[in-house]
Formats: sequence, structure tokens, C-alpha cells
Amino acid sequence: MTETVKNAALFLGVAALVVITGFMQSWNSAILIVNMGLISAIMAIGVNLQWGFAGLFNVGVMGFVALGGLAVVLVSEPLSPEAWSAGGWGIVLALLLGAATVFAAVMATRRMPRGRTRALTILTVLVAGFVIYRAVFDPNVMAVEAINPAAAGNIGGLGLPVLLAWPAGGLLAAGAAWLIGKTALGLRSDYLAIATLGIAEIIIAVMKNEDWLARGVKNVIGLPRPVPYEIDLQNDPGFVESAASLGLDPVTASTLYVKFGYSVLFMVVLLVLLWMAQMALKSPWGRMMRAIRDNEVAAEAMGKDVTRRHLQVFVLGSAVCGIAGAMMTTLDGQLTPGTYQPLRFTFLIWVMVIVGGSGNNFGAVLGAMLIWFLWVQVEPLGLWLMNLITIGLPEGSALKSHLIDSAAHMRLLTMGVILLLVLRFSPRGLIPEK
Amino acid sequence: MDILNALVALSNFVLIPAIAYGSQLALGALGVTLIYGILRFSNFAHGDTMAFGAMIAVLVTWWLQSVGIGLGPLPTALLALPFGILGCMALVLVTDRMVYRFYREQKAKPVILVIVSMGVMFIMNGLVRFIIGPNDQNFADGTRFLISARDFKEMTGLEEGLAIKSTQALTVVVAVIAVALLFWFLNKTRTGKSMRAYSDNEDLALLSGINPERVVMYTWLIVAALATTAGVLYGLDKSFKPFVYFQLLLPIFASAIVGGLGSPLGAIAGGFVIAFSEVTVTYAWKKVLGYLAPAGMEPDGLVQLLSTDYKFAVSFVILLIVLLFKPTGLFKGKAV
Repeated sequence: MTETVKNAALFLGVAALVVITGFMQSWNSAILIVNMGLISAIMAIGVNLQWGFAGLFNVGVMGFVALGGLAVVLVSEPLSPEAWSAGGWGIVLALLLGAATVFAAVMATRRMPRGRTRALTILTVLVAGFVIYRAVFDPNVMAVEAINPAAAGNIGGLGLPVLLAWPAGGLLAAGAAWLIGKTALGLRSDYLAIATLGIAEIIIAVMKNEDWLARGVKNVIGLPRPVPYEIDLQNDPGFVESAASLGLDPVTASTLYVKFGYSVLFMVVLLVLLWMAQMALKSPWGRMMRAIRDNEVAAEAMGKDVTRRHLQVFVLGSAVCGIAGAMMTTLDGQLTPGTYQPLRFTFLIWVMVIVGGSGNNFGAVLGAMLIWFLWVQVEPLGLWLMNLITIGLPEGSALKSHLIDSAAHMRLLTMGVILLLVLRFSPRGLIPEK
Repeated sequence: MDILNALVALSNFVLIPAIAYGSQLALGALGVTLIYGILRFSNFAHGDTMAFGAMIAVLVTWWLQSVGIGLGPLPTALLALPFGILGCMALVLVTDRMVYRFYREQKAKPVILVIVSMGVMFIMNGLVRFIIGPNDQNFADGTRFLISARDFKEMTGLEEGLAIKSTQALTVVVAVIAVALLFWFLNKTRTGKSMRAYSDNEDLALLSGINPERVVMYTWLIVAALATTAGVLYGLDKSFKPFVYFQLLLPIFASAIVGGLGSPLGAIAGGFVIAFSEVTVTYAWKKVLGYLAPAGMEPDGLVQLLSTDYKFAVSFVILLIVLLFKPTGLFKGKAV
């Protein structure tokens, strides 16, 4: 019982922090923190599935988050029949040819006996495949990117409701994770870490450079939203009236309403995923996962297919990260591949999971909310602290202005210190695994 | 057919940049591989260690420049390098004492140490940004070119120019000196031998009376020196930007793994393998092929296999190929 009380107190503490933000700063920023906190919590659940349940060291979270974002564009942007007739199908054909090349090379590796003939065959297949792929791919890409390059130049989307993009983001991330897992999961933990780190960078590089896909660094803005627009609410007399009856001016009320709408949506997704993760943890499957994590050799001796289970949990965890990524892009209303940074989207999520308590889903959620709150608030706090420290320095001194300017970089420092302190003094996190 | 011009173009755009980049990667990978061999974990903070050491060197360079001390044609940064190394040594020794030693005494699993190094990475990254800011910093001075493209053309009368930046030449010279010193230390001195013994077989080394804390301390000192040298050379050759050093982590790890983690010789080989493949795959071969192809058969396109933004993909694919076909790397590394 005491443990439940303690955990509830921890969650209440984080809630109190948010409420204080609401009173001290503004309710808009408080709800914004909650929204991103909820999304971070979902990412943390995904990482916790992989690390906490199965001990897989995935530092490619950023890649899956970005794929989720890509799914939003591909699902919810309006159809672009022009682009498809110009070269969309050609691109698909080229990609299929590329996949066929890789498949043929893998088959040759598997089926043919070792030796010089095999090496030569593989090389020929790869080189020929690459040349054909580029020959089909390049002109079609040019054709698609030539269509209205200032505003479009990409293959567009499916024109479906944006909420459908969330599961689609999960699927896209799961597909990528399956491919990656197939090649990389046999590796030991250090190698897997480097491999996933590299894959995440590659995914971002593809999203930045393949303009036909989602406009690359030209960004896609004005994505459809699952909630009404503020301006429509402000023009709605009914809404203005009810806002007035609450004593709010229509502008503030509409922004709060929209953000709160997102909060409700995110909360629903989080609760569903949390429930599923909890059920998985308690199920025989979850026990098997932890058995594999704690002693792979023993689990294998008991007849468990370790590689297959690892692949399974890797795909599941990545899918959860993909869903979170899709939700985040929906919240932002835009896809900006240039803003994905590993420190923010991979390593920060790891700090959340470790601080919250790896292996415990509630811990991951708590850690995510708390760390996200700190990530946002350390900056103004740091500025305040720097102003306090430099109060004795003369106005306009170089040191003073440097210190105050640098306060923005305090957050990385703080996150590192928090991670190290937790690892040292409470290595099992705030809410330890049972 | 114009083999001479093709050769010059090839050296100008592929060989020389790749050799310089490869030396920088090799120095970085040596640090990663030494830590892996002795302390037995992958140090994610290595890129930021390089950034920290280079930052100290940049600051000292600025100070030297402001008081008017220089090396004439050579960059002032060379004078500042020892200060950078000392600063970096102090930082890693403090980190080891405050952070890593605790886990070493606990005999924590390597993966825990990797997560710990993530925390260290955050702190070092934050420190560097806090002190020098996240922007590009210029600290190179001295002569820019050893041979400029125009001089070369005038000298040889060839159509194609060959430019060797002095930083590129300097990189190679300094890297060769650093590697020679390292191998001399590892193979000839008592401490170096004890380091290799400790890396080969920890228990046996402890039995023969080797003090592990001493070995670890020397490893950190060497790693700090290598990391700072690599960081300064990279900064001189390209430019100093904290975030870039963080991104160097991937090619550096790829080099170390391709060569075989724990093997210093492998780290050097791996560095050059990665650098050469990155440069060759992302280079537009139009010019070189244009000289080589018979008249009228010159290629129309750029003949670029992948756009330069995919250079991470190159190091990664090589990493995967090596891991799939030769999991211990080119030179037999450790497989824990």
C-alpha cells in the first residue's frame, strides 16, 4: 500500500509542478508542457518495452519518431494525382526494383556455395541493380519534384483523416524496425547501439534529402488537425458566449480549448498503450521477456527463441515510438526534418526511462512527464539563476553577458547531472521495477 | 584519354581529402578502441571529449593570437594544442574519479557504463556549449595552402590543379607522429606493456601485480591526448562547431568497429577505410571519368553514387557488411 501511496504522491508532485506553471507563467504553457509530456511518455513506454522488458539497447529512437512524422504527411496530405501520373508510380517501381536487388543479393548469399562465383554474382547483382534503380528512379524524381516546387513537389498524401496517421506512423516505424531488427539484432549490445544510432541518422538524412517524399528540408506546413482551428472558434458566437460565461476572453479561451483537445486525445492514446504495456508485462509473454533479459543463455536452454522474441519486442517498441512521433507532428502541424536532433529525441527519452525506472511502465510515464517539465523549465530557471549570480558584476561586462547568453545551454548540463545522479544513487529509478 | 590530369583530379578531390579525414578519424577511433580495450565499454562521450579538448585549444589560440604569439606559417593552434591536451586530461581524470570509478569498483555491466557515458556526454556537450557557444568558431591562421591550385598548374602546365591545404598536410604529419608515439609507448614502455596485458587478460594482469587504477589513469591520459589532437586537427581542417563533433561519433565508432574494437592497428585501418569509402561514394566522378573516357564518351551526369548528405549511410553500410561477414573486424578485435 505504501508503495502505491508513494507512487501516487510522485505523480501528484509532477501535476503540482504543472499547476504551479499554470499560475506562475500561463495556462497555455502549462498545457503545452502536458501535451509534449504525454507524447514523451508514449515514447518512453516504447523505449521501456525494448530496454526495460527485453534489455535491448536502442539509441535510434529519433529515427522511429521521425518516421511517425513522415506517416502524418503521407496519410493526411491531400492526394496529388498530378505527381502520381508524372512519376509517382515510376518511383514506386524503382523502389521495388531496389528491394528486388537486395532480395536477390541476399538469396544469392544464402543459396549459393561460398566462393569466388558467389562473390562475383552478388557483386554483379548489386551493381546492375543499382544502375537500373538509379536509371528508373532519377527521371521520375525529377518529374515529381518539378511540379509546383515552391508549394509542393512531393507525391502528396492519401487525403485521409489525420487521426488515421497515428496508427499508420506506428506501422511505418514497425516496418522499418523489422528490417533493421532482421539485420542488426544478432549483434551484441554495443554494436546494436551503434547500429541503431546510425540508422536513425540515415532515416533523417533520407527525410531531409528526398524532396519527392515529404519536401525534405523545405518542410511540410499546415498539416490537417484533428481539433478545430482557433480562428473558427473565435468566430463562433456560441463559443464566445460560453467563454465569456467562464470569464475568459475568446482568444485565450480558443487556444486553451484547442490545446486541451489535444491533451484529451493524447491522454486516451497514452492510457490505451499504458494498459496494453501493463497487460503485456504481467502476461506470460512479459515474464518470458524478462527471463530472456536477465539470462539469455538460460532462456535459450528453456527453448525460448531469443532472436525472434527480441525482434518482436524491437518492432513493438519502435511502433510505439512511431505513434508518438506521428502525434507530435500532428501537434506541431508541420514536418520539419531539420529539427530532429539525437540529443533531444533519443538520449532525452533515455534519460526519462532511466530516471523514471526502467522496467516499470508507470515509472517511464512519470520520468517522461518530470524530465520534460525540467527540459522546458530549466531554461528560464537557468536565466534567473544566472541573473542572480551575475548581480554583483558591473552592467555591460563581457562575462556577465556571456553567462546570461549561455544560460540557454544549461538544460543539457542539467539532464546529464540528473542522469548521473539517478544512476549513482537510485539506479532503479523513481518507481523501480517490481 | 588523359591519365595525368585524371590522376591529379583524383588526388585533389578524393585522395588528399580522404587521407586527411582518415587520419582524423583514426585518431578518434584510437581513443574509442583504447577505452574499449582497457575499460571495456563504448564511450559515447568521446565526440564531446574531442570537442572539449579542441575548445580549450581554440580559447588558448585566441589568447595567443591576441598577445601576438604565433608560429609564422604554421597555425597558432599547434602551440595551443598542449594546453588543450592538459585541459582535456584534467577533465577526463575528474570524470573518471567522480563518475566511472564507482561503477568499476561495482563491476557494473558494460551496458550500464555505456548509459553512464551518455550522461557524461550530456554534461560535456552542455559544458562546451556553455563556454564557447553552439556556433562555428574560426581559429585557423598561418598559410592556407602548401600548394595552391594555380601554382600547381603553373608549375606543371597541367589543366587540372592540385591544392594541398596546409591543414591537410599538418593533419597527416601530426597524426603520424601521434600514432608513432602511441605505438612506441604501448610496445616499448613498461606502462604500455602493462596496459596491453591488462587489455588481453585482466585477471592474469592483476595476478602479476599490475595496478589497475594506474593502467586506467594512463589510458585516460592517452585518450585525452588523442581526442584533443583529433579534435584540433578536425577543427583546423574544417571548422570548430560543437555539434559536428557529436556527429563524428558515428564514423569514429564505425572505424573502430570495422578495424576491430580493442585493436589500435585496426582503428587506424578502419579510419582510412571509412574515410575513403565516404569520399569515393559521395564524390561526383564526372571530371575524373571525363579525362579517362575516350573522346565523345564522356559521362553526361555527375556520376555521383550518393549525395554527400548520405555520408553517414556509407559508414553505416560498411559497418554492417563487416559485422555480418567478419564480426570481430578486420584486425581481430575483442568480442565480449
